[in-house]
Amino acid sequence: MKQVMSNEILKIEKLKKYFHIGKDKKRCPIYVRAVDEVTLNVNYGETLGLVGESGSGKSTIAYTVAGMYRPTSGQILFQGKNIGIDRSKRPLSTKKEIQIVFQDPGSSLNPRQTIEQILGLPFKIYTQMSKKQIRERMIEILEKVELSTDYLYKSPPSIGGGEKQMVSIARAMASDPSLIILDEPTSALDVSVQAKIINKLIDLQKEMNLSYLFITHDLSLMRNVANRIAIMYLGKICEVADSVVFFEKPLHPYTQMLISSVPVISKEEENLKPKKVISTGEIPSPVNIPPGCSFHLRCPKKVDICSKTDPEMIEYSPGHIVRCHLFTK
Amino acid sequence: METKGNILLDIKDLHVWYKVYGGYLKVLNNLHLTVREGERVGLVGEAGCGKTTTMKSILQILPPGDFRIPQGEIFYKGQDVLKMNPKELQSLRSKEVAMIFQDPTAALNPVFTIGTQIGDVIKYSSVLKGDSHKEKIKEESIKALKEVYLPDPERMRINYPFQLSGGMRQRVCIAMSISSPRNLILADEPGTSLDVTIQDQIHRLLNEIVKKKNTAIILITHSLGVAREMTDRIYVMYAGTIVETAVPEILFENPVHPYTKGLLASIPKISGGGIAKGIPGRIPDYLNPPSGCRFRLRCQQESPICSEKAPQLFEVEKDHLVACYLSQR
Repeated sequence: MKQVMSNEILKIEKLKKYFHIGKDKKRCPIYVRAVDEVTLNVNYGETLGLVGESGSGKSTIAYTVAGMYRPTSGQILFQGKNIGIDRSKRPLSTKKEIQIVFQDPGSSLNPRQTIEQILGLPFKIYTQMSKKQIRERMIEILEKVELSTDYLYKSPPSIGGGEKQMVSIARAMASDPSLIILDEPTSALDVSVQAKIINKLIDLQKEMNLSYLFITHDLSLMRNVANRIAIMYLGKICEVADSVVFFEKPLHPYTQMLISSVPVISKEEENLKPKKVISTGEIPSPVNIPPGCSFHLRCPKKVDICSKTDPEMIEYSPGHIVRCHLFTK
Repeated sequence: METKGNILLDIKDLHVWYKVYGGYLKVLNNLHLTVREGERVGLVGEAGCGKTTTMKSILQILPPGDFRIPQGEIFYKGQDVLKMNPKELQSLRSKEVAMIFQDPTAALNPVFTIGTQIGDVIKYSSVLKGDSHKEKIKEESIKALKEVYLPDPERMRINYPFQLSGGMRQRVCIAMSISSPRNLILADEPGTSLDVTIQDQIHRLLNEIVKKKNTAIILITHSLGVAREMTDRIYVMYAGTIVETAVPEILFENPVHPYTKGLLASIPKISGGGIAKGIPGRIPDYLNPPSGCRFRLRCQQESPICSEKAPQLFEVEKDHLVACYLSQR
């Protein structure tokens, strides 16, 4: 187990994804820099949490890894192979290994299909099983997510939000993948349902030895799910750390701002939070990213250099990476 | 503890039904809620439990023709809202109670400028009608925009809602609600559609304003953490009924109702330690709600009496009311 942990299942290197949105007055193309030189890795059997505000590029990373977008530049290495190419050139065996669960189960499941049709598709694509075998496997998978067999004949509109998300998870599990991208799987659900789904995901991870790339904006959820956490701001990574270290010793001013704005429910948690960092300003548009450090307009600890040059990623302590001028010498 | 003001709003045994194909959705059921002058009240519950319906019935802005109020009373300053004539209702809406909606984009009219929209609120809430008061209205609206810390309020007046970001739009909505003196603000999840840091800003702003003006507020939220930080008293709602109410300190330290307990346990904590199992099942079908206690089908401690008669709110200690038979034994 320990030996396996040291290997990387997914390695993203200097990934860029720009979206072309039009031309300015001088006919120069305008780009939205959704993801800008992101370097990340996910180890075997771990959960990497990716946190950021809306528009920070979390979902773009997810979609690029899943092959829905073609990267502008940079590499995505999955089990050592570069998959940062056109999805049509991606081999079926790799597609099978990477699955994605979307945020809104209401729109990611076809309302006119039955659950049987929805769950059957991955088997038809990735395997040569007979109809009888597929049925057996489907029932097996439904059991894994604690849904009874009669759900096969139901359609998505007739079941609850939590159950729909369970079906999406079952669909992702159907091809027996090794990496699952979870794009805010519980943010559309209530806390009592969220707890159930998260526990199921953690169980399934242990059972099937899965790796998760878990995207969310809920930091307290991240604390309980992820092994490591990466914070994104305007298409760039601000800080990557072990989830325990992350909450005990946040370095980047943005991380401190985020953690201090989490609403908590007990005194004990209150003490854990860093001193209140009053959040000011709003996330700028990714079309006009400010020069220098993209966070300097909202940063309470801004110094002169911040508005001029973009800080480099540095390793503050083993496994704790931060991108801020306060820590570069 | 501050001294308690007079009772401002008193909802007694309110039932609200919506007409649908095949019968009535019995959404609100035996709802009791009291707000004192200057009190900050939190209304917490899962999606679909009737929080917004409660707010809309206070202002009588439920969809016309589709609802029925079989029994119940809503007293505002001793007068029953349900028995008011249209003129009195209009004066209640324009002078006494303001509402902030969840989605600021939908709440603002896209074809009018911010200045016009705030001006209208001021115009109809006071005697400043006619052209002679134009200057006065302009002054008042700039004052309101300044109070919510919008940059450059002079220029903001001639902007259209689409020119502003989500956080700024919500600030405009708050400015509208405080532009004329009000006694009660109904805030329907004002931060939910915004990012974590912006949500924190909006909540802080709202808190500051109601404290300064000594306005009572009912804050609807699904986050118990937000309710804890923002309110003097929390009402926990489940399937159209208040199940527990107490001051935040007591509620978080000594919850009594099984639903509150389950809800509190489901919330992920930043101190770690995993997530509890959640609450099994889902919100009951409002067309045929279970007899007796509406929570009994999801309750682990159901006893025969629960299905016979719905439990009434019962005082377990001072200012701590619970609707559960467990607490009455």
